[in-house]
Amino acid sequence: MKLVVAIIKPFKLDEVRQALTAIGVHGMTVTEVKGYGRQKGHTEIYRGAEYVVNFLPKLRIEIAVASDVAKKAVEVITANARTGQIGDGKIFVTPIDHALRIRTGETDSDAL
Amino acid sequence: MGAPSYRAASNAALITLAASSLATPALAAETSTINAADTAWMIVATALVLMMTIPGLALFYSGMVRKKNVLATMAQSLAAVALISILWVAYGYSLAFVGDGPWIGTLDRWFLIGMTMESVNPAAKTIPEALFMLYQMTFAIITVALVAGAVADRMRFSAYLLFSVGWFTFVYVPLAHWVWGGGFLGTMGVLDFAGGLVVHLSAGIGGLVAATVMGRRQGYGSENLAPFDLSLAVIGTGLLWVGWFGFNGGSALGANSRAVMAITATHLAACAGALAWAAIEWATRRKPSVLGMISGAVAGLGTITPASGFVAPWHGVIIGVIAGTLCFWACTWLKQRFKYDDSLDVFGVHGIGGLTGTLLAGVFAVNAIGGTSGLIEGNAQQVLIQLYGIAATLVWSGGVTFVLLKLVGVFAPLRVSVQQELEGLDISQHGEALQ
Repeated sequence: MKLVVAIIKPFKLDEVRQALTAIGVHGMTVTEVKGYGRQKGHTEIYRGAEYVVNFLPKLRIEIAVASDVAKKAVEVITANARTGQIGDGKIFVTPIDHALRIRTGETDSDAL
Repeated sequence: MGAPSYRAASNAALITLAASSLATPALAAETSTINAADTAWMIVATALVLMMTIPGLALFYSGMVRKKNVLATMAQSLAAVALISILWVAYGYSLAFVGDGPWIGTLDRWFLIGMTMESVNPAAKTIPEALFMLYQMTFAIITVALVAGAVADRMRFSAYLLFSVGWFTFVYVPLAHWVWGGGFLGTMGVLDFAGGLVVHLSAGIGGLVAATVMGRRQGYGSENLAPFDLSLAVIGTGLLWVGWFGFNGGSALGANSRAVMAITATHLAACAGALAWAAIEWATRRKPSVLGMISGAVAGLGTITPASGFVAPWHGVIIGVIAGTLCFWACTWLKQRFKYDDSLDVFGVHGIGGLTGTLLAGVFAVNAIGGTSGLIEGNAQQVLIQLYGIAATLVWSGGVTFVLLKLVGVFAPLRVSVQQELEGLDISQHGEALQ
């Protein structure tokens, strides 16, 4: 089992979600986050007062999938979250030790 | 005005007299001069001006502060409505508008004693006195609420209440009397149709003094103090703009052509101000901001205030362009040059706007509209009279504001603690917070 964490541009969420659904990934957690990487920030001006905003809004999506699906999921996210512009985001894949569905008590691959 | 003749008509001997009283209704002393159309318009105008403070100014101001201070900023406008209304009825109206001494009125109408269904104020003989009192009350409210913008994000609520009572009593009430209530500025011919001096310049200079006495906000110049939600400020601006039709149009004190002329010039000035500010930003900073457009609109509205009712509609456009340009300069260059932290630019927009508009009223006044000629009609003297009014307002409001803050500071600290300021005034002053 793998946990795929992707930081993406907010307006790409729907494309990513639809593409993941198409390859059989039927669950996702989305969090609104702020951060910076190579894109850095931008400058805002309010009546002459300039502020450099370092942290830009992004979405962090998390999906837990069987190990053989992870590679495909990463490809799908990459293809659909990509604009080619700086600030498209990153994907991290980590192993999952254990999973459990709270309602039924099913574990590991049955819980995904 | 149709009623006066009927009783008299029953007495043949008085028929001639009755006919003459019909021709000149003012002579019908036993009959009310109250006019239904004027009364109807002034009721609406009163509601419009109250709407300018809540929710207009409350939204305009709170949209420009940070999220942690939104409720506290709204609380200042709300408290001004509740507090100043009571004080106005208790003694403010009487001292400002009853009696015609050069410095201050009398207490003959305090707690509205002597006000009846029939009574009128000499300044507005065609509407009930209670309505005139209410209309003027809404001006006192918004002026006090305006000052708060300069010290937003850092003033203790208790100190704000104390300061507001003092500022209303010792700055607003005398100024309203000087200009509108028969005091020395009005008597010498200073033109201020709806409050360039009484409302905007007095609030602007008061705000500047208050911002200076209180000191800058924590993080000013180093941290990000960006507005929480400018969309609130846009809604607030819309309500202010519409409300201003009652503010300037209502200052004609009747449903008449002068009111409409004032409204026309007012609307055009707001439009021109918004375009001018945005155009300067576009040219100098590459983007026309929404905050710039609403700031320009409010600058145009504040600046046309003293001149509306005296100038022609197209003068509104000229005044609006000048307003947008000068207020932009004041909010950007002037403020940074002297490093005062007038949080919401009360001085930059209302102070500079009120000053400029009062001066321009003396330039553009048209005899056929307001009964006074300005510089363009050859009356250069009027500009000097306007300057005198500006000087008197600057000295009085600035000086008294300074003394009041020092006095209030003896009884209650003016500022919240550093810790409270960092936490935000919503939670530290009111025990609430936006989630």
